[in-house]
Formats: sequence, C-alpha cells, structure tokens
Amino acid sequence: MKDVEPATVEPRTEELELVLEAILFAASEPVPIKDLLAACSTVESGGPEREELDAALERLAAHYLHRSIELVRSAGGYRFRVRPRFSAQVQAAQPERPPRLSRALLETLAIIAYRQPVTRAEIEDIRGVAVSTQIMRTLTEREWVHVVGHKEVPGRPGLYATTRTFLDDLGLGRLDELPPLDDLRELVDLPSETADAALPLPSRSLEGGEEPPPES
Amino acid sequence: MTETEVEEIERPLEADWSCRVNGSPMGDMPADLYIPPDALEVFLESFEGPLDLLLYLIRRQNLDILAIPIAEITRQYMAYIEVMQALRLELAGEYLVMAALLAEIKSRMLLPRPAGSAEDDEEDPRLALIRQLQEYERFKAAAERIDDIPRLERDVFHAHASRDALAAPPAPAPALDDLIEALVGVLRRASLSAHHQISAEALSVRERMARILETLEHEEFVDFVSLLVVSEGRPGVVVAFLAVLELSKGGLLEWGQSEAFSPIQVRRRMAAVIDS
Repeated sequence: MKDVEPATVEPRTEELELVLEAILFAASEPVPIKDLLAACSTVESGGPEREELDAALERLAAHYLHRSIELVRSAGGYRFRVRPRFSAQVQAAQPERPPRLSRALLETLAIIAYRQPVTRAEIEDIRGVAVSTQIMRTLTEREWVHVVGHKEVPGRPGLYATTRTFLDDLGLGRLDELPPLDDLRELVDLPSETADAALPLPSRSLEGGEEPPPES
Repeated sequence: MTETEVEEIERPLEADWSCRVNGSPMGDMPADLYIPPDALEVFLESFEGPLDLLLYLIRRQNLDILAIPIAEITRQYMAYIEVMQALRLELAGEYLVMAALLAEIKSRMLLPRPAGSAEDDEEDPRLALIRQLQEYERFKAAAERIDDIPRLERDVFHAHASRDALAAPPAPAPALDDLIEALVGVLRRASLSAHHQISAEALSVRERMARILETLEHEEFVDFVSLLVVSEGRPGVVVAFLAVLELSKGGLLEWGQSEAFSPIQVRRRMAAVIDS
C-alpha cells in the first residue's frame, strides 16, 4: 500500500474522501477514527493507512471551506455540523425551541463534570440542597452522566461521571477542555469580626439595620 | 447568553427589592406596601438553596466572601426567610438549617473569648461556612460557563444525510399485483402439469385455510408459492390462493420479501400480535 506511486494514488484518495463523506453524513453520531478505518477497508485497492485517512479527512474538510457545513472532531470522533454562524437561522427553523437547562441542573452537572466520580451526597454537600431525582434522571436520560461504580461506604451510593456524549454535545474533545474552575482563594487572614461582635453590641446593629453593613 | 437572560430577570427585581428593603427589615414591612406577589415569589423561588441566597446577599453589597459580616448577613437572611414564610413558599428544610447555622455562628462570635486562651485552638466559626460558600460559588460559576459552551441542538446542529434510504428497509408487504402475478405463474405451471381431469372434488376454502395454517405451524417463513399446490390443478390453486387471501385478511399471516423480486414469503403471525 505504501509503495503505491503518487500518480496512481489520485483516484483512490478521491474515492476515500467520497467514502468518508458518505459515512460521516449517514452517521447520526460522531464516528471514531477506528470505525472509519474499518469501514474504509473495502475501498478499492485495499484499506487506507491511518495517515492516508487523516489526510483524506483534511482534504474533505477543505472541500467544505466555503460551505455552511464543516467537518469537526470531538471526543467521539468526526462529524459534520452546521457552521456556528448559521445556528440562529437553523434554530429559527426548528419546530421547537430547545429547553433551557435549569440552574439546578447545570450546577449539578458542573459538580459531576469537575468532581467525578462523585456521589449524590457529595453533590448535595457542595450545593447545600438536596439533589432532585428529576435532575439526575434528566441528566441520565440525556446520556450526559452515568453511574460508573459504587462508593464503598454504607449504602454503596452510585458514583456519577460524565459521558462521552456530554463531551460530544458540548463539542469538547476531552474533559480538561472544560473551562477551568475558579481558584479557591486561600483563607490567610480571616478579617476579624470579633472586634465588634465580641464587644457588647449596641442593639441597633442587630435589629435596626439602618446603617450600612459593618466594614470589616 | 444565559447570563444576560438571568440578569434581565434579576435586575429589575433586585432594584425593586432593595428600594423596598433598604432601611427597614423585611419582616415588618408596612402592610400597605404593594409587592407584586407573583414577581416576588418568582424571585425567591429562583434561589437554588440557602448557599445561593447567601451568595446573593453578599454580592448585592459587593462584599468579599472572605469577609462576610455574619451578624449583618444573618439578619438579612432571616428577613428573607420570614418573607418566604409569609408568602407561604414551600421552604426547603435546608434554608432553616442554614438559618440555625448562621445563628449559631453569630452567637459563638458574640461570646467573649477567655483572655487566657488567645491561642486559636478553636477555628473561627465562620470558616466552614466561608469555605462552603466559596466552593459553591466556584461551581455556580462553572455551571454558567458550561451553559455558555455551544451545545448540541441549541447552538450546534449536526449535518447529516437521511439514512432511511441506506438502512435495510423492513420487508415490505407485497402488493396485490405481486400476489396475482405469482398466482398467474403458478396457474401457468398448473395448466402444464394438469394432464388429467380431476373429478371436481368440492374444495373448501375454509378447509384449505386450516390446512395452510397447519403447514405454517412453525412460524417460519415459507415460500408463498409453495402453498399453492400445483398438482391440484387450477381449481386447487385458486382455492389455496383464496384461502391465503382470507387468512391474510384475518390478520393471521405475515408477509415478507427479503428484496425486490425475491420469492414472496409468508408465515403465521405470532399469537401475541393477534391478541394486541
């Protein structure tokens, strides 16, 4: 395969591009590179090498340079998508608006994404409220999170983690492409409130509330 | 995108709220003060728990989490809780737990420390809460950022071709024409092989229906043509054909054809399907 003369490669590489285009358009999910390799093994004159495939994908992407469709790669593999600048119009043509995700759901998702694998109790500790079953169900049904194991503590609670679909749906290749968490500022010197709190306080500061909050 | 939406929701209410609240504790608001109850409820319900409410109170005053004035924040927090209760909002238990925690911190800070034990054996009572608030704030911010990431079917749309034409189509039920054509073929062959006259034995369609069902007992696809026994001559084939049509009409048969022009297959429909 490798020793094929460049001149004779021409028709085959074109064929390869066409085959890749067909596979990617027919797929409803991103196609992993190994699936592409396997599927292309029937291309005339034998299956392509990995480098050939990469080159063909690149040329295929170049073909779409001036179209509203682009070839992108995410965690699950390659897929075609509408260029983002047409999203608004595509959106407008959809029969239904996609539902907004509630803050509770997004916060839960964020905790799972950054702290996985994580139990429900740990999520609740961070959010300070009970995690509703509905939210976990929605996240699971969207295939964004799944139970990857059980924590070896009494009750063996499920450990949640995000899925590849989650990365794919956000167009991320890897988890560490998520925006970084804010840094925790170190609690070096906790400003003292005891200065006024430890002293017998004039009652107005507790109940009147007329003055601005005490500066610390 | 979401952030601006959230702000649009919160800003007018916030302004509204602060002008009502500033100065006087919310618990004893003038009775004649008009609060659009729906707006207030929506606003209060929008809090995702006590930490969220605390963060809001802190942010509203541009305070640093690391320097929250517990006494003041507790007072404001309690005022909100009272309003929520007055509005009979379903108050999650966590809000009350937090109220108790705040009261505890406040009271512990009010206690004068024995002069002797200046060593900070005891952790500042605010520490745990501050850590929790910080941690929550990180994830709250992360959640907003995740929401800002272009998301499939909201901001990102996949381009794909319909696969309908590619997927193996379910075996289509043959058209009546196809059945008739098959019949014609069999009849033609029947006429070739009918080398002697059959004394017309009355062939009952009903009886044939039963026999065909017996043949199809095993619920496997058989060649439709095989049901039409050529050796029975033209009338036999016709009766068998009628019997098949009758059975089919009764929903007892299932048709299939693996591809165009391949033999038409037929089998007994599964019992479960008949029932439904």
